[in-house]
Amino acid sequence: MAVTTGKRPLVETNRVIGHGQTYGTIDDTVLTPVLVGVQRTPRWWWIGFAISMAFLTMYLVSVVHLITTGIGIFGNNIPAAWGMPIINFVWWIGIGHAGTLISAALLLFRQPWRTTINRFAEAMTIFAVVCAGLYPILHLGRPWVFYWLLPYPNTYGLFPQFRSPLDWDLFAIGTYAGVSILFWFIGLIPDMATLRDRATTKFQKLLYGLLCLGWTGSTKAWQRYQRAYLLIAAISFPLVLSVHSTIAMDFAVAQVPGWNNTVMPPYFVAGAVFAGFAMVLILAVPLRRAFGMEQLITLRHLDNSAKLMLATGMIVVYGYVVEIFIAWYSGVEFERYMIWNRMFGDHAIFFWALILCNFVAIQPLWFRRVRQSPLALFVISLIVSVGMWLERFVIIVVSLTKDFLLSSWGDYISTFWDWSLYLGSFGLFSTLFFLFIRLLPAIATAETKETVYHDTLHGSDAFEHIREDYYAEVKP
Amino acid sequence: MSSVTFTKDRHTGSGTAIYGLAAQFTSVDEIMQASERVRDAGYTKTDAYTPFPVEGLDEALGMEPTRLGWVVLAAGIAGGLGGFFMQWWANTTYFPLIIGGKPLNSWPNWIVIMYELTILSSAFTAGLVMIIRNGLPRPYHSIFNTPNFENASRDKFFLAIESRDKNFDLTQTRAFLESLGPERVSEVER
Repeated sequence: MAVTTGKRPLVETNRVIGHGQTYGTIDDTVLTPVLVGVQRTPRWWWIGFAISMAFLTMYLVSVVHLITTGIGIFGNNIPAAWGMPIINFVWWIGIGHAGTLISAALLLFRQPWRTTINRFAEAMTIFAVVCAGLYPILHLGRPWVFYWLLPYPNTYGLFPQFRSPLDWDLFAIGTYAGVSILFWFIGLIPDMATLRDRATTKFQKLLYGLLCLGWTGSTKAWQRYQRAYLLIAAISFPLVLSVHSTIAMDFAVAQVPGWNNTVMPPYFVAGAVFAGFAMVLILAVPLRRAFGMEQLITLRHLDNSAKLMLATGMIVVYGYVVEIFIAWYSGVEFERYMIWNRMFGDHAIFFWALILCNFVAIQPLWFRRVRQSPLALFVISLIVSVGMWLERFVIIVVSLTKDFLLSSWGDYISTFWDWSLYLGSFGLFSTLFFLFIRLLPAIATAETKETVYHDTLHGSDAFEHIREDYYAEVKP
Repeated sequence: MSSVTFTKDRHTGSGTAIYGLAAQFTSVDEIMQASERVRDAGYTKTDAYTPFPVEGLDEALGMEPTRLGWVVLAAGIAGGLGGFFMQWWANTTYFPLIIGGKPLNSWPNWIVIMYELTILSSAFTAGLVMIIRNGLPRPYHSIFNTPNFENASRDKFFLAIESRDKNFDLTQTRAFLESLGPERVSEVER
């Protein structure tokens, strides 16, 4: 941007956080909410935590009922053997993808704006993977023998079926969960050392002192740390692409019309990132307000996330178009019927609602004013989350209920327990998230201090007013 | 240990082994310049403690680059090959079973698991080798005895010369560190 506003020559800036931050103010903003005593926990936290726990209870009740009764409590049956458990599984795992993308891909592409949002986005990833990973296990029918999916020496002399996409899933999700937790923990080590040094009570000192493993911040340690962090980021980037591709292959290797499609893996990955950025915004908008972090999670972060959401959303829309084209171009009557049924059949309302949520609702994001309005982004992100759920519903239920033989057609009706487990999984997610923002720093302080250092080094204030102009709070 | 320096404790008069001397700085530029001068003066058992990674500080202190990348590469290759041979052995030798008319060695079906195991083994190697090579977990370290060291994780930068350095001499090294313009120089107890 060769800008020549006014008289001063202007330089493009990379400043992402607010003006006038020092190393100390970052610690104070981020760590104070973690270190305050129990009595000084804000009221909104208790209210949110209580509501989350209520939903978590509903989840646990549903799980107990499921295990003691069997998966007959779900609405799944032939022909729709995959119903809400798999829809919700794919929905949750998709949400996680933005976290890894922010932490890994944006690190490799040297995008400094990732530093203040990567920590809570990674936490979001882990908690979403927990919610997602429990679904296939609960859907197994006998969840207590889920470990039969793992290759281990056993007295039956059997191995899992390595040629099955369902076993690929296990490896993909297991690796994803493990590497995400590792990456998150390694990122937390220096911050927990800071918490250890700032701790006011003996309990805090012990907790963070143990968790930080005795981190000193020595240069030799930082050297290895940074190399390890970069390597894990470089390894995680292809991992995140592989996870949703593998899940897409659960569908794509089957012969069901609407599933057997080579566009599925890239289209699923784009959809996952799309849904994930929606969830990042749903969490970031209240979080920055509640903790007074507007100077750290700035409008520039929201703006950039919204741009990525728009870009990946348009890739998803392209996927919808390709599906329709390929159905026609393939000349297969079942594929053609599937698309006709999807658009004009019994469940057509879900398809058009999906187009409304995932295509029409994101169009306002072309405008800067919308991208910089936290409220508008929050609402659009909620709509997108609904849209991505509908997408999985359309792919799974609409395809399965009307496939090849008229005599095998059927319908799918969800049950109370389908919904109680799904709504309960929000409780699991938000309980974990509330505990996270209370006990651990929601922003990576060491990395943000590095950003502050670079700002003081390279941040010529000559261009400041352009940036401030561009990212000025849009007045309601 | 012969290389440990004993000094008279000013208050008790008893001999105390010290870990070294630590100088406290307030900015990245100061510690960079100080580190270069410490390196040029021939000190080798040195380390700087900073709240965030400072680019180039390892070179300023004369540290060798880490070889972590090679270890991770080896672990990734081992993970991928291990993943392949696990499936190859299970499907062709241990329990041959023809599925969908495909050959027993149907390797395209195994790519996903090979790929995931490559990632799993290399990522965990990177993380765990970093932790182990850094000597963690280690809740106690002598450097924590440095006065004001709790600010090394906030906004202060410390440069330490250990007493086991062959050029270490309590009086001379202290005078040398003070000439670098730190906020303070402290003796660090072991």
